[in-house]
Amino acid sequence: MSLDRRSFLKLGAAGIAIGAFPGLAFAASEIIKKKGQRVVIVGAGFGGATAAKYLRTWSNNKIEVVLVERNAMFVSCPMSNTVLGGSRTIADLTHSYDNLKKKYGVKLVHGEVTAIDTEKQAVMLAQGKLSYDRLIISPGVDFMFDQIEGLSAAVAEESIPHAWKAGAQTTMLRKQLEDMPNGGVVAISIPKAPYRCPPGPYERACQIASYLKNNKPNSKVLILDANPDVTSKKGLFMAAWKELYPEMIEYRANAAVTKVDVAGKVAKTEFEDVKADVLNVIPPMKAGAVASMAGVASVDGRWCAVDFLTYESRVHKSVHVIGDAVSAALPKSGHMATSQAKVCAAAVIELMQGGTPDQNPTIANTCYSMVSDSEAMHVANVYRFNAEKQAMVAAEGGGVSAQRSEIEGTLAGYWLKNILNDVLV
Amino acid sequence: MKIIKQQLSLIACAIGLALTMAGAHAADDKHARNLAAPCAACHGTNGHSVGGTPVLAGLDQALFVSQMKDFKSGARPATVMHQHAKGYTDEEFELLGAYFAAQKR
Repeated sequence: MSLDRRSFLKLGAAGIAIGAFPGLAFAASEIIKKKGQRVVIVGAGFGGATAAKYLRTWSNNKIEVVLVERNAMFVSCPMSNTVLGGSRTIADLTHSYDNLKKKYGVKLVHGEVTAIDTEKQAVMLAQGKLSYDRLIISPGVDFMFDQIEGLSAAVAEESIPHAWKAGAQTTMLRKQLEDMPNGGVVAISIPKAPYRCPPGPYERACQIASYLKNNKPNSKVLILDANPDVTSKKGLFMAAWKELYPEMIEYRANAAVTKVDVAGKVAKTEFEDVKADVLNVIPPMKAGAVASMAGVASVDGRWCAVDFLTYESRVHKSVHVIGDAVSAALPKSGHMATSQAKVCAAAVIELMQGGTPDQNPTIANTCYSMVSDSEAMHVANVYRFNAEKQAMVAAEGGGVSAQRSEIEGTLAGYWLKNILNDVLV
Repeated sequence: MKIIKQQLSLIACAIGLALTMAGAHAADDKHARNLAAPCAACHGTNGHSVGGTPVLAGLDQALFVSQMKDFKSGARPATVMHQHAKGYTDEEFELLGAYFAAQKR
């Protein structure tokens, strides 16, 4: 590498940063040699995988895409509550990234990001660095275990699962249900909004009750909600609880869990101690750690403010954020992550090829909740860019199902099939 | 000579205008593509549904537009589509309809 005057000056200016973070930038070698224009995407969930596929497709494969992911396989969080009810297994929800590599030429790097240098435009991993022209992060959520005394990542993995990322903890929670006695209590603790998948915890209560109704009918599900009320599809959930699982589900509002006794399986709120046989504490959430590494989690140190025309961070140029990590009046859902990913991919192509991003992004979200092994209900909305507010605003006419139904239960299954096909195939 | 110059500048103008229109057309095409993109969650990539919902790829534009208008007005009952239809303008129905009609089945 020859040093011209300009990069020599930049090197001098970056001296302090290198001193502060030894191992950053120059020390690491490039994992994949960068030839042309490159976008690095961190996180291959619904958002990141979609951005990768659409960047390749819509740029006619002109832009190189490197997708960084810590997990070997894609596991769908949507519909993973049905693993608790028993109508699906985690294997049903687990898919490979092979098509993204073979069909679309996405370069997949499995590994853990250790740092992001937004000055030098490089992502650091244990095995080296990845330089980028633009970076898209789709980090999902991380859990704020420190908000609940006694809870930690290790405790969640060992005995009190959050199961809010589909995978090993989902299977563990199911096993705990299988092992509990008839007449036992399952307590679900819901954090204050915003959190990933607003209706998810209430759907989970239904799925757990569905299993218990068929197997341990004297048992109870206790919902401890930190929020003042059911945050999504309220009327529909209340009706499902009452009609499908009478006397089984108990709901308590303003019941934030502040402490857990791990050995005793006790959840403590301001008002009471709840002893449970199965304890499912879903901690408060923030943008995944990668957002902090990039220095873009500017909203309360938790979420990322973006320009909704491009999803470029309000903090750093050339860093885009999509999915649950974004601070917006948009639901943190899988469909929403894919919708944002497509707006972002289209805009990034325009920005890299000297064009103008679409000035009127209009996106949609459809989210089904399975309230039994066969019935579902939905919430559907279109969101439009409002230039005055510089925000995405829900269009008139959106809303929820008139009532839960088996037709929607079937449609929910096809929703999963179609969206997974769009993201991964 | 003067006439030739005038003609040349007219031709240049015409080419310029054509290019501008082509540019605007490309932007419109991309906007239609972007508008259609979120539909994929239920209707498949570019309207190629893999099950449970109608295949929109290759659907006649006029039929698409009339169906969307009927969802919007409530003339055609639906579980979900009336709520999405209300979020779009008639002009957007035309753009979406043209985009899906252009997709090969």
